[in-house]
Amino acid sequence: MTEMSTTAFKDNVTRALADDKLQFAMTETGPRFIAKRTKAREALPEFDQLRDQARDIKDHVLDHLDIYLETYEAKVKEAGGHVHWAETPDEARAAVLEICRKANAKMVTKGKSMISEEIDLNKHLEENGITPVETDLGEYIIQLRNERPSHIIAPAVHLTRDQVEADFRRVHTHLDPKRDLTEIPALVEEARAVLRQKYLNADVGITGANFLIAETGTSIIVTNEGNGDLTQSLPKVHIVLASIEKLVPTLEDATTILRVLARSATGQDFSNYTTFSTGGRRPGDPDGPVEYHVILLDNGRTSVLGTEFQDMLRCIRCGACLNHCPVYNAVGGHAYGWVYPGPIGSVVTPALVGIENARHLPNASTFCGRCEEVCPMRIPIPKMLRHWREKEFERHLQPTSQRWGLGLWAFMAKRPRLYRKATAIAARVLSNQAVGKGRLKKVPLASGWTAFRDLPAPQGKTFHQLWKERRP
Amino acid sequence: MSAREMILGRVRARIPRGPEGARREAVERRLAEHPRNLIPQRGQGDIEHRIRVFTEMMLAVGGTVEVIDDINEVPHHVAVYLRDGNLPARVRRGADPLLARLPWHRGGTLEVVEGPAVDEDRASVTHAFAGIAESGTIVQISGADNPTTLNFLPEAHIVVLESAALFASYEEAWTKLRSLMGEGIMPRTVNMISGPSRTADIEQTIVRPAHGPKNMHVIIVR
Amino acid sequence: MPETSPRVGLFVTCLVDMFRPSIGFATVKLLEDAGCTVEVPELQTCCGQPAYNSGDQADARALALNVIEAFKGFDYVVVPSGSCGGMIVKHYPEFFEPGSTEHDEALDLARRTHEITSFLTRVMKVEKVEAQFPARATYHDSCSGLRELGIRNEPRKLLASVEGVSLREMTDAEVCCGFGGTFCVKYPGISDKMLEKKLRHIEATGADTLIAGDLGCLMNMAGKLKRQGSAIKVRHVAEVLAGDYETPPIAEAE
Repeated sequence: MTEMSTTAFKDNVTRALADDKLQFAMTETGPRFIAKRTKAREALPEFDQLRDQARDIKDHVLDHLDIYLETYEAKVKEAGGHVHWAETPDEARAAVLEICRKANAKMVTKGKSMISEEIDLNKHLEENGITPVETDLGEYIIQLRNERPSHIIAPAVHLTRDQVEADFRRVHTHLDPKRDLTEIPALVEEARAVLRQKYLNADVGITGANFLIAETGTSIIVTNEGNGDLTQSLPKVHIVLASIEKLVPTLEDATTILRVLARSATGQDFSNYTTFSTGGRRPGDPDGPVEYHVILLDNGRTSVLGTEFQDMLRCIRCGACLNHCPVYNAVGGHAYGWVYPGPIGSVVTPALVGIENARHLPNASTFCGRCEEVCPMRIPIPKMLRHWREKEFERHLQPTSQRWGLGLWAFMAKRPRLYRKATAIAARVLSNQAVGKGRLKKVPLASGWTAFRDLPAPQGKTFHQLWKERRP
Repeated sequence: MSAREMILGRVRARIPRGPEGARREAVERRLAEHPRNLIPQRGQGDIEHRIRVFTEMMLAVGGTVEVIDDINEVPHHVAVYLRDGNLPARVRRGADPLLARLPWHRGGTLEVVEGPAVDEDRASVTHAFAGIAESGTIVQISGADNPTTLNFLPEAHIVVLESAALFASYEEAWTKLRSLMGEGIMPRTVNMISGPSRTADIEQTIVRPAHGPKNMHVIIVR
Repeated sequence: MPETSPRVGLFVTCLVDMFRPSIGFATVKLLEDAGCTVEVPELQTCCGQPAYNSGDQADARALALNVIEAFKGFDYVVVPSGSCGGMIVKHYPEFFEPGSTEHDEALDLARRTHEITSFLTRVMKVEKVEAQFPARATYHDSCSGLRELGIRNEPRKLLASVEGVSLREMTDAEVCCGFGGTFCVKYPGISDKMLEKKLRHIEATGADTLIAGDLGCLMNMAGKLKRQGSAIKVRHVAEVLAGDYETPPIAEAE
């Protein structure tokens, strides 16, 4: 598993921009997500009203989170399930390992879970002699590659089919070299056959949770492949990994948010499989897990409550902000260097790993606002990115040159007479250098600009100079 | 202090506090009343409308639907569906009373076995708890009547849906569930299923099936 | 349209002031043609966006107070930029405590402030402009104007009334060009990749002229088009609406 590389953002970006396969994958798939969402949204006139309600539901939960957590816990216990509270990734990993050990687990199947990535669970299980098998196709592929997901809902979106074929041929040693795997359905069929045996043989199934319902003590997973259901239905033990902000009050509230989730994520009206799980096997149940455990993880989320960053806890991890982000589409998810990429990742990551370790992320945005425009939970992402920049500024984390440049500019801009003189000189100097060309190929201290583009030259005099001349 | 106390303590310290009684009351009221939020118009209408919308939505996600008038005809339609799909004339079902009562002999050579699904099963038939017109969704609840594995392991999943249980929206299914189970109580698993299993994880190209059923066939009984 | 001649303060913007005064004069012409009296307060410098987006709240606030002061007493404040307009309209009020005098003044300024094309169409009810401009044009929606101020049809409607202009839409007209203020110099590689995609869509339209409403985005796009040797001319929407085809296009001498 790749380690955290948020501080190496610039290097990651350089690598990503030079990666032809990545660039091909991003160019091909990015627009597909956008077109699908647009179609789903246009087919549901109430969509934007549902977004408002979804936001209000989560705001209400966050304002009463302590009570909802307690209520939820009591309901899980009532249904025969177990709740394990974890402040840190360490505690969460330990809780999972203990449950696996009690079950004498050798192999665990896993549905898609961002919390599992956040706590780096697979590595921990492997170190302790337990084999984790990712069953979501995208997660399975990146597990074979020892990579992190590059997208919240499409973990292997950075890869092309020929890369997947190469990985399958490398790992699935049973494969006949003559078998044609050039088409995507053949790759899916191969994964289906291999994973089918894993589901049937697993000792423990681990899934994430899209929501936790306080009213009933229920966890919800949303998938299209059916892998999550096979993961949680066949083994004797089901472990749910969830963070504390996943709470919603009632079935009705979960339903409202589900109506915006799939549409925002994949452009489906509803995902193929939406599964509500409450406790373990009941008397008379011929199948299903005997034990049902929920790990409730904090990992820094409580430190966001009550701050200007609280709104990020409304996030339902649909990935719409990634799909619509021109920066994400330029560099892919791995450049962000940790678990959560894209606009929401640039908000969440500094909160979970510290702004001093992730200062580039909130800066790598043009504030184009498309993320906020599409967010089903109406999270003001640009605003929160700006709040991170404020923290960065307060703590003097920016490079000195940048700080000085900004300081000098602000000093002038606050003194209109001085500013007039300085801009008049700058405009004249720059335009003189560009006589007959209208643009400059190189400008001192502006290599960031002129690396890829010319600088259009000033026309000569400033507007204020000309205004005085023409309208004395 | 335990992790539980630490986490709850931090939550309490950080969220804006009103009077404790009023906060608890707000939560309790919401949970007890579970008010409905906005319900889209799409599924709303008489049974013909609901059948039409359900069918349209289910077809759009790769499922198939047929509408019949006589529940006793189900075995025949199951047999025909399997034959047309080149599947063996064998189907797995749970202990569901409605399914158990059906005249399966009308399915000709159709073999019906009971119990949770096993890997070898090619087809299953379940009795839906509800159908949702809005998105072409089937609602299944776990238990001996309709074991959860029937929804996922076999490659063909046939669902019998009575028109009286074909609702406009999910909310009506919740009402039905509460009247069956009681307030605040859920079956072990509730599965909402909208079409056969799919994936788009390679190059955002949709492929069916992924890990679950390849075909989903809904027989609506008027 | 207001009955008497409204008194309009022109917020020039720092980029137009220093790089391209012709946009300012085109804006003045459009306002005067629409029946406004235009003044240019001397006190103005920059809206403060560079400071605001760099996390420097104190300077952003100081500059906001300066703009508020400079434009007291005008019926309207008009800006040839959706970005600076968005800053004043959407963000200034957030700088100050609700209930404070500054907050009231910021709200008052926000209510009076408009981007040029939306001012002409929404406030002055201008249906068409009297201008000629020969151009097979495509229009890029700058992000702030589009998403903060909801400007989309306004420039297109006015451009359609210019004699000689034909508009063809590019794919992803509403996607960022990669400018983003200091972003484009802090992360030039990402900015360039975004710009590359944008230019491909522009070129695919076959347009000979690229029009947008924000000089920052225009300088970004023109800078790369010219670096690549493209013949596409780049213009601010106000220049086209004012029929100013004599001023050389952005980044060109002739």
